[in-house]
Formats: sequence, C-alpha cells, structure tokens
Amino acid sequence: MEDLKKQIVEQLNLLHIKPADIGDDQPLFIEGLGLDSIDALELIVLLQQQYGIKLNNAEDGPQVFRTVRTMADYIKTHRAKQD
Amino acid sequence: MYNPSAQVYVAGIGVVSAIGNNAAECFHALEKGQAGIGSITGLETRYRGHLPVGEVKLSNEELSSITGLPVTASRTALLGLLAAREAVEDAGMSTPGNLRVAFVSANSVGGMDKSEKFFARFMEHAGGGRLRNVVNHECGAVTELVADALSVKHHITTISTACSSGANSIFYAARLIRHGLADAVIAGGADALTGFTLNGFNTLQILDASPCMPFDENRRGLNLGEGAGYLVLVSEKTAAGLRANLYGRLTGYANANDAHHQTASSPDGTGAYLAMKEALERSGLQPNDISYINLHGTGTFNNDSSEGIAVSRIFSVPYPPMSSTKAYTGHTLAASGSIEAVFSLQALRRQVVYPNLRLHTPMAALPFVPVKTFRNATVNHVLSNSFGFGGNCSSLIFSKA
Amino acid sequence: MKTYILASACISPQQSFTTGRFHDKIMGWQGNRLRAAEPDYSPYIDSKAIRRMSRIIKMGTAAAMECLQRAAITMPGAIVMGTAYGCLEDTGVFLKKMIGQQEEMLTPTAFIQSTHNTIGAQIALLLQCHHYNNTFVHRGFSFERALQDAMMLLEENAAAHVLTGAADEITDASFDILSRFGLYKRQPVSNNSLFSEKSTGTIAGEGAAFFLLTGHPSPGKPVLEGLHTFYKPVDEAEVFSETRRFLEAQHIQPGDIDLLILGRNGDAESDEIYTRLRQALFTGTEWITYKQLSGEYPTSTAFALWLAAEIAKDGHVPHHPDPNFSPRKILLYNHYENIHHSFMLLTI
Repeated sequence: MEDLKKQIVEQLNLLHIKPADIGDDQPLFIEGLGLDSIDALELIVLLQQQYGIKLNNAEDGPQVFRTVRTMADYIKTHRAKQD
Repeated sequence: MYNPSAQVYVAGIGVVSAIGNNAAECFHALEKGQAGIGSITGLETRYRGHLPVGEVKLSNEELSSITGLPVTASRTALLGLLAAREAVEDAGMSTPGNLRVAFVSANSVGGMDKSEKFFARFMEHAGGGRLRNVVNHECGAVTELVADALSVKHHITTISTACSSGANSIFYAARLIRHGLADAVIAGGADALTGFTLNGFNTLQILDASPCMPFDENRRGLNLGEGAGYLVLVSEKTAAGLRANLYGRLTGYANANDAHHQTASSPDGTGAYLAMKEALERSGLQPNDISYINLHGTGTFNNDSSEGIAVSRIFSVPYPPMSSTKAYTGHTLAASGSIEAVFSLQALRRQVVYPNLRLHTPMAALPFVPVKTFRNATVNHVLSNSFGFGGNCSSLIFSKA
Repeated sequence: MKTYILASACISPQQSFTTGRFHDKIMGWQGNRLRAAEPDYSPYIDSKAIRRMSRIIKMGTAAAMECLQRAAITMPGAIVMGTAYGCLEDTGVFLKKMIGQQEEMLTPTAFIQSTHNTIGAQIALLLQCHHYNNTFVHRGFSFERALQDAMMLLEENAAAHVLTGAADEITDASFDILSRFGLYKRQPVSNNSLFSEKSTGTIAGEGAAFFLLTGHPSPGKPVLEGLHTFYKPVDEAEVFSETRRFLEAQHIQPGDIDLLILGRNGDAESDEIYTRLRQALFTGTEWITYKQLSGEYPTSTAFALWLAAEIAKDGHVPHHPDPNFSPRKILLYNHYENIHHSFMLLTI
C-alpha cells in the first residue's frame, strides 16, 4: 500500500501531501482527500499502467477507489486472476 | 451607438456536416431520418472501427477542389470556407459593395489536424516536421484562411469556448451590428475531426462505442462529429438592400457559466438554466412561446441529465417539441452551435420539427419526451442550446422574420 | 460611455506583479527568450486546484485574482479574455503522450487543461461567477477583441464591472518551432540592447495581464478612450490614414498626444513603420518602446496597456530624463507581424 500511495501522489500531482499522510482507510473522494471525477479517470489509467489491470466497468470506480485499502485489495484480486 | 432594439436578421445560411454537404442536403437528411454516424475513414487512429463518428463525406482533395484552398490547408479551414461561402451566396452578398462585413468564426483546436502530423515528426528530432503543417495551427490562423478567401478585412475574430463557441460567435455578431460596428456579419464555426480531440474525449470516457442515443435512459455517451455552419446576420438597413429571403431574426441570446467543474455540468443544470432564462428575457418571450427546442443533447449521461433538469425548471406542461440533432451529426464541438442554428432556421422557414433519433427509452427522471418523428408544426420561435467544457453555456432564440 | 481602468495586474518578464516601481529593477535577459517572473501562487489558488494547473493557467488566474483584489471587487459582471496560443504546455504534453504511447493509456488532465477557454473557466470556477464568460483566440488581435467585447458589455449595461485580460506563454517546443520560422534574433542579444543594431528577428516573451473595467465614472482612474484594429494594411499610406481616422474619431489631433508607446520589437524591417509613422504624424512627440521589457508575443499589448495605465497613474515615465514629464494622453500603437495592427488611447 505504501507504493500505491506514492503512485497516487505522483499521478495526481498532489503537492504538499506526503504518501505517509494518506490513511489506509481514509476516503479518497469528495471528503477526505477531496478527489474528483477527473482524478478517478487518472486512477483508472494508473491501474492500467502500473498493474496492467483494466477496470472493465467505469461504474465500479467509486467502490474500487474508495480508499487506498480498497484499491490495494482490488489490485491483489485482479492481479491474481491474470496469473 | 448601441441600439438594443435594433433588429438582427438572418439573410443567409451555410452548412456542411455528416448528413450533407450543404443546407439542402442536410435538410433532406433531417427529413428522411438519415443519420451520418459511421466508421472513421479519414483519420489515422487505432480507434478506426471502434468509435463511430459523424464524418463529412468529402475528402480533403474534394474540399480543396471545391473551395480553391490548397489541399494542404487544415480541414477545419476547408470545411469552414465551404459553409461560409454558401451562406454568403445564399444572402446574395457575393459582392459586398460598401457594406462593412465582419467574419466571426469559432473552432476548438485550430489547424490541429495538420499540427498533430507535424508534431509526430518534430518529436523524432527538432528539425523534423514540415512547417507548412504548423503555420496555421492557431485558431485565429484557420479563421484568417477563410476570411482572406472571402475578402473580408473589416473585422475578423475567433471565439473558442469549447462546445458553446459557435453559438457565442453568432450572438457576438448580433451585438456588433447593434453597436453599429458592422453592417453584415458572417458568423459561425467549424471543426474537423482530429486525433487530438478523439483521444482527448476518449480519456474522459464519454464516447459511445455505438451510435449515440441522446436523451435516452440508457445513453452511453457521445459520438464526435465534424462540420461547419455559418449565418449571415444583417442589420435592418442592410436586409432591405439585399435581395435575400430572410430566414428569421435573432431575438434572444445569453452566455452564462455553470462554474461547477471543468468538464462536468452541475446536477441542477445551473449554467444551462441561466442561459435559457436570460435568452428568454432578452427576447421578451415566455417559455410557452417557444415552438421548438434544439437541445444540446450530446448523449452523455451528464449533459442530458443536467440539461433535462434545466429545461424542466423553465418549461412546463405542455412542453414544446424538442430534440437533439446530434444523433444525426454527432457532436461537432465548436461548430455545433452554428450548425444547429442553421437547422433551427430551416425549421423556422419550413415549419417543421426534427426527431430525436435512436430514442427508445425516455429518461425516467424527466417530465417530457423529445420528439420522435419529423413532422410539420407551427414554428414561431426556436430555442437552441450549446453547452461546453469550462461551464460555458449559451442559448440562442430565433424568431420568424 | 467612458471605460475606466479601476485596477490592473500583470505577470511578465519584469517585476511587474508587485505594486511599486518595477522600473527600478529592469530585468536584463541574455539570449532571445524572456521568461515570466512568476509570483507565489498560493495566495490566489488553493492547492486542490493548483495541482492540475500548468504555468499559463496559474499566471492568468493569479493576475486576474490580484486585479480583482486591487479593484476591491469580489464578483465581476463578466469575464472576457484573449489568448493567441492557448495552453501550449498542456497541448504539448497531451500530443507527446498520444503520439509516444500510440493513443493508449492517456490521461485526461492535460487534454482538459489544453482547451483555450480553460483560464477564463478556471477564474469563473474560483469565483463561482455565473456571468458572461468568453475567450477570444485570434492571434495578434486576441487581447484587443477581449477588450472590445468588454467595452461593448459596459456600453450595453450588461455588466457594471468586467474582468478582462490576456495570457500567452512560450514553451520549449513553441520556441523551437517559432525559431524555425525565423522569428527570433539569431545572434547573441540582450533585451536591454534590443534596438541598438539593425538586424532581423525579435525576442520571445510571455505574460498575463488583467484589467478591471467599469463604465461607472471613476475620477482619478485612467480612461480607455478608444480602441481600433486593422488587418493586413497594403502600405504605409493605409497605416497613416487609419491613424488619422482613429484620432479624428477620438476628436483629437496628433499634436495632442503626449506620449507614444510603440510596439517596436527589434526586427529592423518590421520596425520601419513605427519610424515612418512618427515622421509622418508625430514629429516632436515623446515615445517609448515596451517589448524590451515584455518580449514579443501576440498578446503583448496587454503588457503595453498595463504599462500605459501605470504611467498615467504614477504621472511619470520610468527612466525619462524629465522627472516632471506627466503624459495625460497616451497612444499605444502596435502591430504583430504586420498583420494585426492596433491603437489604444489612454487618458487621465
């Protein structure tokens, strides 16, 4: 998850935020980190580029990206499927 | 001196889109329900065969041959000149004489169809790429190619406010006339398909991989289109001097900003609501005076929802007939406001309303259903909406001459 | 109706953004590319928004917000701006990725930011301004058109205050490309010696400038009396007659002008017309240039207007031998590549 936090900070150009500052279970969207729909699209590309995972249903986005932990779980599950 | 009640007439129209190469052809297609959405044939892209678009059915070679511009000119300029010249001839203004004629155009990415080709070579090495492909990259440069070909010098400008650009051009032109700064204005917009735009919209995941379904409950997104539309707007005095059949008057217009998000529209349709409301106020009309609404209706979940709510905030039973013609042409971006202005004026002249194609399931959240068939109607006033990125929302109202 | 400039703010290659005497510290640049001196943006844009913004969007937004603050206006009745090139950095980033990654795995931010109306839209978003919002993208007329639209809105009573301005940037790519067109000086040059030798080419510049305009009588504020543009004049006679017509429309004689601010850019050929015009109509009139400060770019007249307003307000011309010289009628004349010519008359 620490790697994932670093990637999120980089991809979304989150200045003034250190990866360590992002809580594992902190909501990423609306409240919490306050990300928006454009950030969601950026995260979808991040999943593809870094982990080779394609989010088939864009509507799953809010669930998958709810927190760093939900993202990490999704990556773990789908990576396993691809092996 | 500014005269707010000076009448502004439309003396000529010109258009080229996926459904026709001129006004008559487009109208014929609108009447027959013949959409122009299909596979990409012109653009070199991996999305050929995957994303449907509304292409103009003329190659650059053909456009060059018809317009006289070099084949190396940006397709946006080629399309623009084709439509602008049709409007000028339609208005009987081919020799402007002593008239102060202005050209107000719009486009979203200028000569990008050529510059993206340049850039690919330029990326390989700093000396790469042919300069002629990038010399007319700027939005304004494309406009000047057309202005020069039309011999217009008095006042030339380009507006670029994303999808509301074409509508903004038209009412800016009307204001020039009301301020006494021009006698006649050729106003509208043009946009050609480019890899830049196609890929850009694709990253937003708002493109439909099938022909789009505006205002349908199960809509999936928009199809990009290309084309150009121009009006010749004239003052009362100029109208009297031309031997043109007037199409109508521009009686209402407004430009409002949604100020909600860079690309998404607000859930309650604030910008759209304000634009329509202010356009009505300027025209002095009541909502129930509107005979037909040409909706922006791109087919995206967000726009149609937002616009639908805004419409229901202003209009009530009995709702005027309304439809989005983007199911025919695709979303022509900066040209959309002006292409749809042309369609609106044709509706006014021919006393018809257009169907909203591919509408199977009306949106459950809305209290109205768009028109499903082409039919005759009493049309006195038409409202045309154009809403874009950056929250730029514009509405135009055309009334009988 | 007169157009008053209530306030202005300008980010440029000079220390123009801070209030006070920027001319005490004229920035000297070596080479043919001037870069904007960027301020700390944090007072103007919150971190959530700023992370997405490229340079030009930050420059335009900060200049606009600072201008509003100086005018003590929280909500303008309209926002109108001009940009010739738009958001070049974002455009370049998206193009590079699109081509380099063969249209795969592209991200939306650069594309969204590349649209020409992004700056105007961003300002509206920060202010929650739902009013008229327009962007002109027309080469060397981009700023003039925005200014004229603003003046029209005021005349129409459509707005009590209009926030109007322009922004343009130079990126590594655009500088390389424009260089290939032969726009810039080839030999070593400093902006401070831009006019000392006769050679071709100019120096590149960039910047953002915003103005808060009102039609409401505002004593003590500079007045934009007139604005006029003309396109591709065929010869110098046409330039002279346009000048005469403009002045006549303002009901003044060439001799009434106290100060000319001329858009000489160091290119010997394209600078000729300024000399010829002075000889024809303005012999004896004081004149200064501004592109040694701003560099050359299509919306540099926004910098020129800012400079004119500063001179009018301060009541003196920077580095002028006569400290009591206080011009009250200032005429700006500029052309961009002999295609786009414009006049602005400022009085106080």
